Amino acid sequence: MNTLQPVGADAQLEIEVRHKSFEASRGGSIEVLRDLNFAVERNEFVCLVGPSGCGKTTTLRLLLGLDHSFEGRIKLPGEREPRIGMVFQEPILLPWRTVEENVRLGLPRSLSGKNLDHLFDALGLSGMRAFYPGELSLGLARRAALARALAIEPDLLVLDEPFVSLDEATAQQLRCLLLEIWSERPTTVLMVTHNLLEAIMLADRIIVLSPRPSHVVGSFLVRIPRQSRNAQVCSDILRSFHEKFPARAAI
Amino acid sequence: MGSASLVSSSQGQTEKTARRRSFGPFLTVVASVVVLAIVWHLSATLWPSRAFPPPLDVLRAMARETARGEIPYHLAITLGRVAVSFLLAMVIGSAIGIFLGSHPRADRFLDPWVILSLNIPALVIIVLAYIWFGLNEVAAIGAVAFNKIPNVIVTMREGARALDLNYTDMAKVYKFGPLARLRHVLLPQLQPYLAAASRSGISLIWKIVLVVELLGRSNGVGFQINLYFQLFDVASILAYTLAFVCVMLVIEFLLVQPLEHASTRWRRRAA
Repeated sequence: MNTLQPVGADAQLEIEVRHKSFEASRGGSIEVLRDLNFAVERNEFVCLVGPSGCGKTTTLRLLLGLDHSFEGRIKLPGEREPRIGMVFQEPILLPWRTVEENVRLGLPRSLSGKNLDHLFDALGLSGMRAFYPGELSLGLARRAALARALAIEPDLLVLDEPFVSLDEATAQQLRCLLLEIWSERPTTVLMVTHNLLEAIMLADRIIVLSPRPSHVVGSFLVRIPRQSRNAQVCSDILRSFHEKFPARAAI
Repeated sequence: MGSASLVSSSQGQTEKTARRRSFGPFLTVVASVVVLAIVWHLSATLWPSRAFPPPLDVLRAMARETARGEIPYHLAITLGRVAVSFLLAMVIGSAIGIFLGSHPRADRFLDPWVILSLNIPALVIIVLAYIWFGLNEVAAIGAVAFNKIPNVIVTMREGARALDLNYTDMAKVYKFGPLARLRHVLLPQLQPYLAAASRSGISLIWKIVLVVELLGRSNGVGFQINLYFQLFDVASILAYTLAFVCVMLVIEFLLVQPLEHASTRWRRRAA
């Protein structure tokens, strides 16, 4: 099943998970990942799609080092300690710290005095720096979470359905913001999403996962430059995606 | 003109209501205390007895003892003991409680110990501490702290069980140092539990400190109360009690409540 696996020579991120399962507290276990192998090139924007519950978030947790109980190997970008900017499914901002404090707390020591004006400006958060997360709408909280991930100048940006449960207009606005900031300072991105159109709009490559126990079914290159991906083009790409992955029509 | 004066008078009205609103609770407290003093005075006058002095006698005793420097001296000693044993109990109890709350296996093993120590009467601990460690300051303070530690453990254990692992993950991904984790992730989440433990802690500890002083120290409010008990001087006993309660109230209003207000201000303005 690894025929479509494109492992580049200077792959920034390599994931080879032979086996990952979860033990239920009342006995029994469930295998989530089996022989899941893929790589992400430097400054490549990759979207991970797959059926619900197939272990996409689990894969992210493994590469973030939040879960060590698996068989396999993960190679992260960077020499020693790579900087990983993460946007979780929920914004996960500390409610007792202001937006600015939340962003600054994520900064490594070498960037601690960093001027964040440009970033806050770009994300439309300039007026919200002194607000507590509880005073923000979900859209604004997600922007703050994005700001925290981008502020650290990450070697790898990991996004776990960052625009889910937003209204389409807000989500679209945030996607454009993300692209704008990313093209200013490109970095390696791995994003999990359920939304194929979103993946087509953002990604260089879409990796498709199978149902549980999950492995890579194949990947789909989006060759058309981003600025030409308008609604018509995206729906054409979506059609050819469905032709290539007919079983994934349900995603 | 007419409308302008109307506006200014209505503004005055709102200011007045606002002022009334902010002074309202304070006035209620004062009125309540005054009524209590009147009831006390009336009943002490109706049933005069040496064992039940009117409030004025108590105030006189308080003034006399304060002028002699007795009340300030013994109060300071007792407060010092309260502070040290409170700090000890909070630090040790929190450390153990957080550990047990985040390590279920250790918790299952040590839970019987916690339950046992929760149910040992304060008096037994004090007496045993004096027998084992002698009639000294370490035994006194240790006994008081030991009485409070199980309560702190139980409260902080609940707090640790309720910790949101999402924040822990976030802190790990963004490589928070141990101090930043404690200050920005752990303590704010435990703050309500810490507040509850310290609230009940202060009130429990100062009562136990008096018993410890009564049984084995030669100074402090508890010692003085024992002295006046032997002299059957109820006015002086009440004078010391009142002085101590006043100090604790001042601590409550000037220290505990402002701290609590500052640490929960992010809650107040939720969208």
